[in-house]
Amino acid sequence: MTALLSLAGVSKRFRGLLAVDGVSFEVTEGAVFAVIGPNGAGKTTLFNMIAGAIPPDGGSIAFAGEPIGGLAVDAICRRGVARTFQLVRPFPALSVEDNVIVGALLHRQDVAAAREHAYAVLRRLDLFDQRRRRAATLTLPDRKRLEVARALATGPRLLLLDEVMAGLRPTETDRMVAILRELNRETGVTILLIEHVMRAVMALASRVLVLDHGTVIAEGAPEAVVRDPAVVQSYLGTEAL
Amino acid sequence: MAARLLAGLPRRAVIALALVVGALVVAPWIVNDYLITVLILILYLAFTGQAWNIMMGFAGQLSLGHALYAGLGAYIAAALFTRYGVGPWVGVLLAMPVAAACGAIIGFLAFRFGVAGVYFAILTIAFAEFARIGFDHLAIVNAAAGLFLPVAQYTHNDLWRLRGDPTMFYYVILAATLAVLALCRILRQSRIGYFWLAIREDEEAARAAGIATFRYKMYAVMISAAVTSFAGVFYAFFYNNLFPEQVFNISQSIQMILGPIIGGVGTLFGPILGAFVLTGLAESLTAALTACGVDLPGAEQVFYGVCLLFVVGALPEGIWPWLSRRCGIAERTA
Repeated sequence: MTALLSLAGVSKRFRGLLAVDGVSFEVTEGAVFAVIGPNGAGKTTLFNMIAGAIPPDGGSIAFAGEPIGGLAVDAICRRGVARTFQLVRPFPALSVEDNVIVGALLHRQDVAAAREHAYAVLRRLDLFDQRRRRAATLTLPDRKRLEVARALATGPRLLLLDEVMAGLRPTETDRMVAILRELNRETGVTILLIEHVMRAVMALASRVLVLDHGTVIAEGAPEAVVRDPAVVQSYLGTEAL
Repeated sequence: MAARLLAGLPRRAVIALALVVGALVVAPWIVNDYLITVLILILYLAFTGQAWNIMMGFAGQLSLGHALYAGLGAYIAAALFTRYGVGPWVGVLLAMPVAAACGAIIGFLAFRFGVAGVYFAILTIAFAEFARIGFDHLAIVNAAAGLFLPVAQYTHNDLWRLRGDPTMFYYVILAATLAVLALCRILRQSRIGYFWLAIREDEEAARAAGIATFRYKMYAVMISAAVTSFAGVFYAFFYNNLFPEQVFNISQSIQMILGPIIGGVGTLFGPILGAFVLTGLAESLTAALTACGVDLPGAEQVFYGVCLLFVVGALPEGIWPWLSRRCGIAERTA
């Protein structure tokens, strides 16, 4: 068990606000790792630092043993870290298929080969039948899956999912959970997700990290974490038990 | 090669394309000299519109200063020809890299320092204006007095030196327009084309998908500039006179982009269709007014304005996307 992603003392300050304060954790290869916490806990800031959207002020981020903290977004993606956006950002005027081909072309020169790969990814995400539609015309659940498909098509070793369940109905959530679980099991891709939907976290994650006010207040197996008094106090609330 | 270029087009589209190209090839035998010069102007604008479309329609970078690249091409080739007797085709070989380098400088300044959107457009205008004022004082090309190519009655067409009658120029610009159409289709269907569209649609999402957006935007500017400079070389040898006030004027830049906007930004055939519609109708209007004995200066500009208003209001994507759907000749995938 080697760590694919490891953070050591990562911090980020926005003027007076210490959004992320000395966060350290490791994600082992093949794991599904969830980061949870109340709004404003620093989850998205942490996520953006891993993806390269904002540079950390302190600490180090290593991916596959090499430091990636402060690298550009595209450089990090080329190394094998693909992300989705919390507010989905498909290429609206392009077809579903072309959206995914863009991702597939990252490590492929040939468009025909990229299309083949894109089709495989679209089938996995249940989007194959909609491949000719313009991305802008899809429903939210479909756009969420398209977001995952485009990221997945880049062939990442680590998939960063930013609240892909948010706004989905329970049946849609279950569908997404099933897809992601199968994806993780069959391809071995490591998944780091930020999530509010505890139902999805409990079903998916092999390990959970809880952030509050920028610091780690708990980390461990999902069943243990949800019983942790500090977690219940700050995030889940007593009725969750 | 041809099969690959046409792959994905419906049969009706291939037939329509063959008919249009066939008609254009035989046109000089049918129409008079005046119409040939009108067709040359149309194809010139179709060519430059196509070149501009690489930057705006594909990569989403709005340039309002493409007169810069055409003007550079025109002046480089004309100066080499008049001063050193160097032929236009050699001139093209110099004009293209120079224009690409200028595009690279503008692109570098803008993309490195985050100048985007309308600010980028203003920057492109500024550089075209620099060139206009600079060339107005550049003695080596006769400054504001203008640069003239020797004109004589030619007994035969000299393709190598681009001296001859309008029919020769017509075929040159027709071949060039078809070549740039093929180039655009190849680019659009290749890896670089997909990356450009991604950047146009959402640059941040494109970067998150691993695309080195800076590099691909630079490619777009440089290719677009180099292609445009060829049109400039053609312009110089066809019109035989160059004035900085004219060739670098912002109205030149605007004229280049009207065709693609009317025809359909980001489409392959839109810029060509737009050039035909705009210039064709505008020339007909002028001819009709002259025939009626009416002299209305500025009627053409008013007409352009009305066309723009109509297209922006009724067909915001341009005429081509609407027309191709209506006629069942749209490409299968966007």
